[in-house]
Amino acid sequence: MADLKLTKIVKAYGDVEVLHGIDLDIKRGEFIVFVGPSGCGKSTLLRTIAGLERITGGTMEIDGRVVNDIPPSERGIAMVFQTYALYPHMTVYDNMAFGMRLAKKSKQEIDERVKSAASILQLEPYLNRLPKALSGGQRQRVAIGRAICRDPKVFLFDEPLSNLDAALRVATRIEIAKLNESMPDTTMIYVTHDQIEAMTLADRIVVLRDGYVEQVGPPMELYHRPANLFVAQFIGSPAMNIMESVVTAASSSEVAVDVEGGGKAVVPIAGAPSLKGHPVKLGVRPEDLRIAGEGEQTIVSGKLDIAEALGEVTLLYVNVEGHEEPILAKLSGYVDIERGSEIHLTADAGDLHLFDGDGQSMLVEAERKQAA
Amino acid sequence: MNPALQGLLTIIVGVGGCVGYFYFSNQLLDRVIFPARGPNAGVNINRANQVRPWLFLFPAIFALGLYLAYPVVETLRLSLTDRVAGGGYDWVGLANYTQMFNEPKFWEAMRNNMLWLIVVPAAATAFGLLAAQLTDRIAWGNVAKSLIFMPMAISFVGASVIWKLVYDSRPAGQDQIGVLNAVWMAFEPGLWSTIVLRILPALLIVGFAAAVAYGAWLLAKPIIERDDRGPGMLAAGLRGAVALLFVWLIWESVSTLPGLLTSELPYGEPQNWLTISFWNNFFLMVVLIWIQTGFAMVILSAALRGIPEETVEAAIIDGAGPFDLFFRIKVPQIMGTILVVWTTITILVLKIFDIVFAMTNGQWETQVLANYMYDKLFRANDWGVGSAGAMVIMLLVTPILVWNVYNARKEMR
Repeated sequence: MADLKLTKIVKAYGDVEVLHGIDLDIKRGEFIVFVGPSGCGKSTLLRTIAGLERITGGTMEIDGRVVNDIPPSERGIAMVFQTYALYPHMTVYDNMAFGMRLAKKSKQEIDERVKSAASILQLEPYLNRLPKALSGGQRQRVAIGRAICRDPKVFLFDEPLSNLDAALRVATRIEIAKLNESMPDTTMIYVTHDQIEAMTLADRIVVLRDGYVEQVGPPMELYHRPANLFVAQFIGSPAMNIMESVVTAASSSEVAVDVEGGGKAVVPIAGAPSLKGHPVKLGVRPEDLRIAGEGEQTIVSGKLDIAEALGEVTLLYVNVEGHEEPILAKLSGYVDIERGSEIHLTADAGDLHLFDGDGQSMLVEAERKQAA
Repeated sequence: MNPALQGLLTIIVGVGGCVGYFYFSNQLLDRVIFPARGPNAGVNINRANQVRPWLFLFPAIFALGLYLAYPVVETLRLSLTDRVAGGGYDWVGLANYTQMFNEPKFWEAMRNNMLWLIVVPAAATAFGLLAAQLTDRIAWGNVAKSLIFMPMAISFVGASVIWKLVYDSRPAGQDQIGVLNAVWMAFEPGLWSTIVLRILPALLIVGFAAAVAYGAWLLAKPIIERDDRGPGMLAAGLRGAVALLFVWLIWESVSTLPGLLTSELPYGEPQNWLTISFWNNFFLMVVLIWIQTGFAMVILSAALRGIPEETVEAAIIDGAGPFDLFFRIKVPQIMGTILVVWTTITILVLKIFDIVFAMTNGQWETQVLANYMYDKLFRANDWGVGSAGAMVIMLLVTPILVWNVYNARKEMR
């Protein structure tokens, strides 16, 4: 049963459309992360789910009930804001109790719920403090506690970690992951622009760009089988290398391409359309590249521009003829290569990605066709 | 010389003089007294920087001292002396004060000042807050704000003239030029006037009493319930005192109800509003409220915009309706600013003079302290009692002023 169902959600401010018909099925208890560059509409989408923004078109269902016209407080959601949004004039206790008091819950029930939320988040010593007397991490915990007290069906996080410093961010991220485990029936939707948060927390990631969904899937699927160039370059750091190529031969099980700069590659794709002679793009992640051994087919070769040794890895920036940006290779351990020397790089055929003229992944397209 | 030219010249000389003072005194300090040259350059720069603030502050300190601090001392001295016929003066101790305290007119002025003190800051702040909230999100809000703010640009005397026209009355047969009388003359005995003149005001009074009662209940609740997170002794005492004041206000307002509902209304007779004693105070207060609402609105509007939008959204998600949002989320967050506005208007009200002077000159029981002081000082030529009145005003203003400055500084932090 789909707990949260978005159908053709459109949001427009006047003439400017910012969400162009978003479809999403989110199951009960899933942890969904919205990622995308600034201005992609991920926060707007979250706010439409919260009910803080009215949708212009489409339908939104929570637990099978259409909530298009239902006020935020009755949707069964709770939201944690980037700036915490604690009520500055109320103590931690009152902050968490406010919603329940408005709902005219009994004093005893309020007290129980606040105390239990406080114990989950280790906030008991601070219940009588005002938010201004708390640290950033504590404030964020209070905001989460306030959301827990609402006992929501859907938990919404709007970049909850971006106001915290790096160390606290990691700690709070882990706390959120634990919280998610302890509430298996609660759906969580989390907006971030930080890939690491997305990869580590999500059951499924929704990649958004300019108000369109680019791909939805578990983190590893997005990493290993990006549906298009945008997702390929957005997920993973450093970003995937993209090289112009031309298809030289295509069989029922693989596609051979000539890579600019003189390399060759064979990509195993079953049932790909024959695009012989067509320009395509070959993508290889920096961490999949390695130095070609004797007699191995080189995919790309060029002169080493800079080598950055980081200890556990060495980043090689390789200048390839006809390619503006240097190709990046991430080799494990310390690799000692002189600047300016000629380097030949290769990768396992299974780690190669091929994108057609529209930037769609040929592998994913072919699989989709076969499934259909 | 043409007065306009004269004015222009004054401005040029005044502004030029100020700029000249700062420029040349600065030059003198840096070039002549502590030049940043020679073996002592470093020391001299430090010294010059230590002197500079005082140099720049000097004109302000001097002017304030001459025109503010000295008059206070001099007024205190005058309030303890009496003029002697033929010149000179006598020390008379507190005789002026006892004389003043024995005058009913002084106590009338004190009572009226207290009335002003309760009504005007409360009404101006409340209307200002209301206007700020209502104009916040509408397209023509800024136009409305400009209109409400406009009376601020009118001098008190000018405003008094305007409102004198509003309250003006003509004999019964003629056209009424005063708006209030024109409206009043339209009333006839009957159902509608009963609704508008008796039931509506009665409902307003009951509503006011209920609101005050709710406030008193909120204040008294922590004391009665004695929960462990309750206030300390001092806070409890303060709350109790204010709650008692509220109870008194409730009694005062509710006790007017029988009179309001039963009194004979003089239909068809133009009223001289400013001569109806007791109520004429309120007609005068309206003028100041009309002026000060704009001030309160501008400040509170800025404060409302300063409230983080997320706290409002969080409250919406928590299920807060418009009234909860306003009274439980927005108002508490701008409470500091509300206090500053309130106390600022309170100080202004304690000094109120022009409106009373221009409209009734304290007749018909509308006397206030400042006009009383003026009366004694310049009409009765009694500098002793006049100065004593001034001292009383200062004593009343000072604690509020201190509190105001304290609040304002807290807001700025």
